[in-house]
Amino acid sequence: MNDHAQAIEVADLRKSYGDIEAVCGVSFAVAPGEIFGFLGPNGAGKTTTINMLCTLARPTSGSARVAGHDVVTERDDVRRHIGLVFQEQTLDGYLTAEQNLRMHAELYGVDSGLVAGRMRQVLEMVGLWERRATQVMTFSGGMKRRLEIARGFLHSPRVLFLDEPTIGLDPQTRSSIWRYIRALQRAEEITIFMTTHYMDEAEFCDRIAIMDKGQIVVLDTPAVLKAQVGADRVTIHTADDDAAVAALAERFGIDAQIAEGAVTFYVPSGEEFVPRLFAELGVPIVSVSVARPTLDDVFMAHTGSTIRDAEDSSTSARNKMVMKAMSGSRS
Amino acid sequence: MTTAAAPAAVIRVTVPPRTLRSELRAIKIVFRRELIRFRNDRLRIVTSLVQPLLFLFVLGSGLQQLSQFGTHGVALTTFIYPGVLCITVMFTAMFSAASIVWDREFGFLREMMVAPVRRSSIVIGKCLGGAAVASLQGLILIALAGAVHVPYDPLLLLGIFGLQLLLAFSITAFGVMVAIRIKQIQAFMGVMQMIVMPMFFISGALFPVSGLPGWLGFLNRIDPLTYAVDPMRRLVFGHLDLSAPARAALDPGVTWWGWHLPALLEVAVVFALGLVMLAIAIWEFNATE
Repeated sequence: MNDHAQAIEVADLRKSYGDIEAVCGVSFAVAPGEIFGFLGPNGAGKTTTINMLCTLARPTSGSARVAGHDVVTERDDVRRHIGLVFQEQTLDGYLTAEQNLRMHAELYGVDSGLVAGRMRQVLEMVGLWERRATQVMTFSGGMKRRLEIARGFLHSPRVLFLDEPTIGLDPQTRSSIWRYIRALQRAEEITIFMTTHYMDEAEFCDRIAIMDKGQIVVLDTPAVLKAQVGADRVTIHTADDDAAVAALAERFGIDAQIAEGAVTFYVPSGEEFVPRLFAELGVPIVSVSVARPTLDDVFMAHTGSTIRDAEDSSTSARNKMVMKAMSGSRS
Repeated sequence: MTTAAAPAAVIRVTVPPRTLRSELRAIKIVFRRELIRFRNDRLRIVTSLVQPLLFLFVLGSGLQQLSQFGTHGVALTTFIYPGVLCITVMFTAMFSAASIVWDREFGFLREMMVAPVRRSSIVIGKCLGGAAVASLQGLILIALAGAVHVPYDPLLLLGIFGLQLLLAFSITAFGVMVAIRIKQIQAFMGVMQMIVMPMFFISGALFPVSGLPGWLGFLNRIDPLTYAVDPMRRLVFGHLDLSAPARAALDPGVTWWGWHLPALLEVAVVFALGLVMLAIAIWEFNATE
């Protein structure tokens, strides 16, 4: 295998379920050692993409290489070199933490002489060594997730896939999970490919790709993406949002959007704009806030909606259709 | 804890390419998981015994009054004991197979599906594990032999265990074949009710299979379980001291157009069906995305 190869290389990857195209031609490359994030609302095609990269779904067209191996023609070689943490929980609750890891080591054919030491190492890294003999069904959600992450690392994969690793966990647990992931990633020098729809988590990534409706909308480092927005976000609550949007367009030439019950728009140096806004808008303003750009704003700038709105509306309906098509096609 | 010690001593392991040995390791661990889960799930050991014990002692003792003449003095519990030995194994084996549906619902199936091993290794491990668990359950029923006037002859007990093992394997393979296509545990239970109960009732576990009405005779001959119950009964009755009329009435054997099937052929039928269903299960599992 070529040393200079990318950890992941994807070219025009597509996946359709019947008439529905879940992933509509994505291309990107991930360098070894990188933490690469796929960001987008539920139903954007993130999980479908990850499933194709993990050899769990066959691409309809296009190609992908993971750890130097083709995901279709060298399926087993890909599997030997990747670790997986799924969105849904995949532990056997009747087994202890240690038995779950042992099962994994045996299924992956890890050298028997090394298993015990390696198991101890990953369990210590996620702080579960003391609980190794406890049945997993008694674990909290955060502990289960940590155990799954330890399991994903157990066979020293070159690329670790994390599909929504912190979904459904409380903020405190989420940040502790991230500490563990980062510590492991540094210690093991592996590539991490993750998906999330929590904007704040994308900050942990070296680079992120924003995905919407099956396509990559933009791909860069979080810092560059935020700089690209190049403006502050101003959010106002008014007596009449529609009138405010019209007035903003008419008087200031600003293209504002109504999202989550407020009017949002972007202007350079927002603080200086606020006095003019009050003086000239002509629609009563209830409250105003100005914020430096966040990844939420990046998402909004590229897709025209907030990530929450995108999930609530058409996209989630589309997601349901995809899910339905998926469950129909895989027996 | 996470920052200090980690980097220096990382143990690196490698996942070797697939070999026969790694496949055997996979089969072994899937098999062992079934046993560990069975050991941890004591409630299941008890609950899956309830039905067979009801049939044996309640139905058996209860109907005794009606059947004095028909059984030529043999206790009804003794008569249905071989059948109950079979259904115990059958219910437990089906339950083991159901765990594939559980595994799918609770996600663990995915963990096994992405491992770099053949799907067939997972199915084989599952079937062998299910068979082992069901046979262990069967041991409890074997232990009750004395209560229904069947002697504790080592050869007999060994033979019973062997037949149970074979039946358990075939039934697990059958259950796995069905379970792979099903996504919800409720649906699986429904299908089982539809298939298992008729198979059990028609098999002759509770009645002699000679002189049945034509339609029932026909159904009985196409019921695979018939070919497990009959050799079991022949085996048990071979070790009982019975009058000739009693033997003729209670242990008539299965016939095809008047020809008596040898017990070995019946056993072979059960084994062959098990292998065929295992093959179908593997094929189905491979086709699952």
